[in-house]
Amino acid sequence: MIDWGWVVGHLDDIAFLLLQHLVLVAVPLAAGLAASLALAVAAIRHPVIYGPVTALTGILYTIPSLAAFALLVPLFSFSWLTAFIPLTTYTLLILFRNIVAGLEGVPSDVLEAADAMGYRGRQRLWRVELPLAIPLTMAGVRLAAVTLIGLATVVSILGSSFGGLGLLITEGLQTFFPTKYLLGGLLSIALALVVDWLLVRTERQLTPWARATSGRAAGA
Amino acid sequence: MNELIGWLTDPASWQGDSGIPFRLLEHVAIAAVSILAATLIALPVGLWIGHTGRGAGVAINISNIGRALPSYAVIVIILPISLAISPDYGLDLIPTFVAMVILAIPPILINAFAGLQAVDRDLLEAGRGMGLTESQVLRDLELPLAAPVIIGGFRTATLNVIATATIGAVVGFGGLGAFILGGRAKGIAGLGELIGGALLVTILAISVDLVLAWLQRRAARRADRSMGPARDFRDLSEIPVPQFIP
Repeated sequence: MIDWGWVVGHLDDIAFLLLQHLVLVAVPLAAGLAASLALAVAAIRHPVIYGPVTALTGILYTIPSLAAFALLVPLFSFSWLTAFIPLTTYTLLILFRNIVAGLEGVPSDVLEAADAMGYRGRQRLWRVELPLAIPLTMAGVRLAAVTLIGLATVVSILGSSFGGLGLLITEGLQTFFPTKYLLGGLLSIALALVVDWLLVRTERQLTPWARATSGRAAGA
Repeated sequence: MNELIGWLTDPASWQGDSGIPFRLLEHVAIAAVSILAATLIALPVGLWIGHTGRGAGVAINISNIGRALPSYAVIVIILPISLAISPDYGLDLIPTFVAMVILAIPPILINAFAGLQAVDRDLLEAGRGMGLTESQVLRDLELPLAAPVIIGGFRTATLNVIATATIGAVVGFGGLGAFILGGRAKGIAGLGELIGGALLVTILAISVDLVLAWLQRRAARRADRSMGPARDFRDLSEIPVPQFIP
């Protein structure tokens, strides 16, 4: 079913599409993480915005991916913005809720201790609250990354200019060449599993204290 | 905007088996049937695992693998298999439908499991102590209290299937995605159809989700009231557990 000769002959093309796919995922993920962090910190200080932000990001999350990309075509044609904007908005619900939950989960005695040690405002946020919110934040990042790897394949249905692994699938379907579309599908699943595993390792690196206390896998 | 109005007001857009009513019906029908099929498979298994506590690892693994499955990839991986089995029907309907069922199973299963797990064990013991049978414990205690979380699973599953049915247009399944692809193929002349199709499927997805969200809130209120003064369950539908996000 798979023409391995073709695969071997096109390894550099495949590697390029894989790399392009990672860019399609990494840029919106970084943008979404920055936006969600800002929104979550604001929501902790002003709880009144939590409801509206979840409602709005929830609606954005509900839009089917192909439709979300298509809706931006009249505005941005087939530029990268058409792919980046929906991919960014898809991360917001997951990341915002998880970061807020992580920040809310910081025990009040820890906050009191931090205050007593002289941590103030921004310093307490960066040195105490955000580090303690890492496990739930990373659980959100993992879910967002895996979701984006899948959604980023869809945008290639609208045009070849977006590249990524979805282009292998779309071109394979258009030319009735199973090797190409199967490879695109299998690689995107494999990429999701590998990225998820790498993020678990990153989380362990970021939270050395978690290993010291217990091996609890937050959000596993 | 003019293109969109032009397409929506063109009588031809509303007629026949490539018109808006037919495509919408196609989309809703395949979504409903695949949710039904996934429910028949996933709900009993999820409830059993949640009730007995056996096989929890299996449930979590299924949900983790399910999350890593992109709908476009699942459709094309099924495609050669369904073409091999049935050259006549192997395209369009079968790969789309099978992918939709596969993608709807994990959220229904994991939320049924997680919902039951979140119910207070002491409460169930109290129920057993009062002489309730296992099936009464499930029906009268676990199910009502877990209902908000279970409905959350249906929200995710419904989202998945509506989005997947849209992508199914690529392998020739109709549905509202056919307008997006048809419009795309016509270039500038198809802009109205492209946007129109995208808007219709967006409205469909959001309205179905709003209905399910309303049912979820209602179930949460009911679960809460049935607890009387023990109000610990208020947030049952809102547990910020990452993998159960509706």
